[in-house]
Amino acid sequence: MLSKNKNNNSTKIPLLEVRDLTKVFGTLKANDKINLKIEKGEIHALLGENGAGKSTLVKMLYGSLQPTSGKIFWKAEPVSMLSPFQARATGVGMVFQHFSLFESLTVADNIVLSLGPEYSVEQVARDAEKLSADYGLPLKADSIIGDLSVGERQRVEIVRCLLQNPQLIILDEPTSVLTPQEADNLFVTLKRLRNEGRSILYISHRLDEVQKLCDKATILRNGKWISECIPKKETAASLATMMVGEDIADIKRTNSKSKKQRDVLLSVNDANLEQDNPFAVELKNIHLEIRSGEIVGIAGVAGNGQNELFSLLSGEATTPKNAISIRGKQVGNLDVNERRQLGAAFVPEERLGHGAVPNAALTQNMILTRHQSDKVAFKKYGAIGYIWQEMVTKATKRVCDIMDVRKAGEDPVAGSLSGGNLQKFIMGRELDRQPSVFVVNQPTWGVDAGAAQRIRQTMIDLAKSGSAVLVISQDLDEILEMSDRIVVMHEGTLIEAGPAHSITREHIGLLMGGMGQQTSTTDTANKGATNAS
Amino acid sequence: MFGFSLDVWISIIISVCAASTPLLLAATGELIVERSGVLNLGVEGMMIMGAVAGFSAAQLSGSPYVGALIAVFAGAIFSLLFGFLTLTLVANQVATGLALTILGLGLSGMIGEGFVGQPGIKMLPIEIPLLSDIPIIGKILFGQDIIFYTSILLVFAVGWFLFKTKAGLQLRSVGDNHTSAHALGINVIKTRYLAVMFGGACAGLAGAHLSLVYVPQWVEGMTAGRGWIALALVVFSSWRPMRLLVGAYLFGAVTIAQFHVQALGIGIPAQFLTSLPYIATIIVLVIIARNRRMTMINTPASLGKSFVPDR
Amino acid sequence: MRLELIKRGNPSKTFSIFSPFIALLLTFVTGAIMFMLLGKNPITGLYTYFIEPLIDPWTREQILVKATPLILIAVGLAVCFRSSNWNIGAEGQYIIGGMFGAIIPVYFNEWDSPLVLPLVMMMGMIGGALYAYIPAILKSKFGTNEILTSLMLVYVAQQIVDWLVRGPWRNPAGMGFPGTKDFNESAILPSFYEFGDAHYGSVFALIAVILAWFFLSKTIKGFEINIIGETPRAAKFAGFDVKKMTIFAFLISGALAGLAGIAEVSGSVEKLDDKLSLGYGFTAIIVAFLGRLNPLGILAAGLILALTYIGGEGAQISLGISDRATRVFQGLLLFFVLACDTLIHYRFRWVKTVDNISGTKSGEGT
Repeated sequence: MLSKNKNNNSTKIPLLEVRDLTKVFGTLKANDKINLKIEKGEIHALLGENGAGKSTLVKMLYGSLQPTSGKIFWKAEPVSMLSPFQARATGVGMVFQHFSLFESLTVADNIVLSLGPEYSVEQVARDAEKLSADYGLPLKADSIIGDLSVGERQRVEIVRCLLQNPQLIILDEPTSVLTPQEADNLFVTLKRLRNEGRSILYISHRLDEVQKLCDKATILRNGKWISECIPKKETAASLATMMVGEDIADIKRTNSKSKKQRDVLLSVNDANLEQDNPFAVELKNIHLEIRSGEIVGIAGVAGNGQNELFSLLSGEATTPKNAISIRGKQVGNLDVNERRQLGAAFVPEERLGHGAVPNAALTQNMILTRHQSDKVAFKKYGAIGYIWQEMVTKATKRVCDIMDVRKAGEDPVAGSLSGGNLQKFIMGRELDRQPSVFVVNQPTWGVDAGAAQRIRQTMIDLAKSGSAVLVISQDLDEILEMSDRIVVMHEGTLIEAGPAHSITREHIGLLMGGMGQQTSTTDTANKGATNAS
Repeated sequence: MFGFSLDVWISIIISVCAASTPLLLAATGELIVERSGVLNLGVEGMMIMGAVAGFSAAQLSGSPYVGALIAVFAGAIFSLLFGFLTLTLVANQVATGLALTILGLGLSGMIGEGFVGQPGIKMLPIEIPLLSDIPIIGKILFGQDIIFYTSILLVFAVGWFLFKTKAGLQLRSVGDNHTSAHALGINVIKTRYLAVMFGGACAGLAGAHLSLVYVPQWVEGMTAGRGWIALALVVFSSWRPMRLLVGAYLFGAVTIAQFHVQALGIGIPAQFLTSLPYIATIIVLVIIARNRRMTMINTPASLGKSFVPDR
Repeated sequence: MRLELIKRGNPSKTFSIFSPFIALLLTFVTGAIMFMLLGKNPITGLYTYFIEPLIDPWTREQILVKATPLILIAVGLAVCFRSSNWNIGAEGQYIIGGMFGAIIPVYFNEWDSPLVLPLVMMMGMIGGALYAYIPAILKSKFGTNEILTSLMLVYVAQQIVDWLVRGPWRNPAGMGFPGTKDFNESAILPSFYEFGDAHYGSVFALIAVILAWFFLSKTIKGFEINIIGETPRAAKFAGFDVKKMTIFAFLISGALAGLAGIAEVSGSVEKLDDKLSLGYGFTAIIVAFLGRLNPLGILAAGLILALTYIGGEGAQISLGISDRATRVFQGLLLFFVLACDTLIHYRFRWVKTVDNISGTKSGEGT
């Protein structure tokens, strides 16, 4: 059949075909007999939720992982992608989700590293600037990556990919770091690339994008191939069902009443944060107020100061005393435990290594954030600080039961849990204390849909019981779905966007891109250059 | 100046060169190792292995050049032990480096036992025709032994390699972010093995300079902390070869100055003067560490971190 | 063929117990090969090293004497290493501890009181702690690399003591040999029995082991030490102060090294001389790792390393093997310990070099 295709009609030969591709990690089947067919000049979506096996599949196509079994065909010829060098030589280019860039090197250095030995840095610098101008992706070749914004870094990745003149471009969740407007620009570029005859494999879990952009879609779920379809002929609901496999419970929420007269539980008053680290974001004139029963969402593109804001609120970074108040008490100079003892709780973005210790057991991770706030329950003998293991174990079991944390063994190390289960544990650990102020950064990042919905519901329930909740998230849908009020973060400042029901995506998008302020017009390429000097 | 004649000054400067050369060589090797993201604290151990291997090979063959060559190989092979543990078995780099030093000090003592007290074969200076006749600087720059020439050429070569060649760029990229380098298809482990072996070879040659030029004899534990000073020099240089050159010669000058002050007999206890280079190292480390921004920008970001690719 | 590591989901309990034993076994095998290369009978060699010292009561006592400073120092190092404070200058803290402890016997040689001995021990601990405070404060204040500074201070400490015992503190009646006057009886740490070598320093070591074990495994401070070493960012989130911990760990470790130093000076040598620095501070690093940074493990590891010292002396006398072989043994042991620890977190697997994509054949090994 293959040879027939070859002889009959050359345009019908798929550019890339994958048959029964399987990848096993230890006991986990990350990919189980995946099939995929990409034609020349099409934008093909690879659709699936977190953990469905999309990243594993594309890493095999790009040669950075080797399949356990199955075959890959390039223009109907069987090929083995033994390394990224070979994949690039074949004609596959890749734009990574977590950028594979080198912070301390220049743009040109970064690009030349992925090209063959015949290129020099000077020549690449010229080519890259020309190409980036052609496609409307302005870049300066001698900027240091560490000084660039996330959007600019993505441009570097794309330009790097295009310079190799690939026939197939793989983009892994490219819009997760972009404002809606930046995403629209990206779509223009992608359509132009398609019209040049290139093929694009577009990985996403966002249905609207896939419907807007893609000619075809392959859907994965739990490492298995589910179906291939034409997204424009499907409804969002039917795509969602294929992707998730079951109906996800809608979030239940009561309509928020006027919260003006309620108490302010968390307030930030003109806080600033300077940085030692040259690549970190400085915070400027932060003002924020959250009342009892209120959920405030902080939207923004990653890397605009969200992590810094989190450490400012948690007390990992300290400010003058009066800059931050929790339940009316000035806490700017207090550390994280003193703030916890006032009834605050915090969940950071990074689960492993920040919110939890990967090589420590769950019971130990239970003590991690609660050894002061729950010292009566968890410790004995005063200054000696003997750990009351029995009570800690009890609390751990309670949290795991309530949050439905699935784990292997009685008390496994945190690192052995899946992302979703670990996040449920961390959320549960904090919610178990019934905090009156709750600050969470990226609550559902990398979490499967079922767990994400459960996590959002717990936060809504917490607010209903009278707590103040602050959600920092890159996921605009999440922000819109949960928040009473939305604030946008851009280059270390906060911009009030207003009540969630009276605001449009487009407006938030403009604010995220820095268009809302009169003072700062952002010519991002120039910014990179001035920072570098 | 200080009543020294010009000839005395020239001989002092030449002795500064001799004191600086082993530091510079060992530090140049370690700079490459650390640029690739590996922290090898075993410099002292590799250096002393080079010293004993070089000395014994020179005694047995009668040629100091054979000795130096064997020292280079001994250093490189000894460093492979470190490489295997930290790169293949992902053992803790700090602990493994210490183990390498402890093993090297013990093993060299055992190998060198029969050579203690034997007069060594000194590697003689090679005077480069014409150039060495230039007044003053001719003797200093072109009238020395081959290991000195190697050390100077090597710093420049390493500077050129790191910042002007693609292989150097790849090495830096591995040290900056090994995960990204792996994703691009650069062989992280292989790059690091080569860097570690280069570091070992340089430390070996540095050791040979001690036992074949500087002393020249075999004395147990003769490196006397020079491997550690070399490590400090790498930090001092903020991973830049030219600053390494300056740093190594500053330290060499301190060492020689201390001898001359001792000889003058001003009444400062000899033990205090002997500790000067070590105290100077600490002071320099403090001064360097205070400049946070420069250290942060230049430190290879994955320094000391183990790399296990997911497969 | 290529060796690959596969990360285990949970650390292997079996290997965290057995890896030191595997390391010991590998050291024996390598040692046997080494003896053969030296032209000695490997069985006799290993017997002399590891069995013979255990038979004679006198050598058993010597093992205890050697093990005492190793264990004391290593317990302190465990606190440091667990919290990622790389104090490798314990040798210097040991020397300065001995020196500080000698101040009272040197300047008040005639003072005879039951207070003297406790004061001498206290001074030793204070000396070691103060000397360890230097790298600690430099690290926490300026971010200076503590590995290099603590090590440089070893050389400085050696010179300080050398100067003292040859200069201001030299015994005028000492025939010109470097060293202070012999300590007064009341400043000497007593032996367990008359004319015995084993002194009460061993009791200090045992107390240190038990206390350290309790604090490291049962209390919040021990938890803090572990978390700071494991993941500094999570430790900060837990409200633990990394800088204070650096000071704390160095002070504890310096005080224990100082105690080891003064116990050696006052219990064994009974005066301060120029032969105090024998490298116990470095050997203790091996003890700490062989004992898996666990005080109870360190107790056993200290005895094993002391055995190699005594066995080495025996082998030198009866077999003519250089006592330097002992240091080689110790170095090898540390290497094997570090290599075997990989098994706790990883499985090994041999992989044939991949040549086609459909069949990555892989055999599983240990």
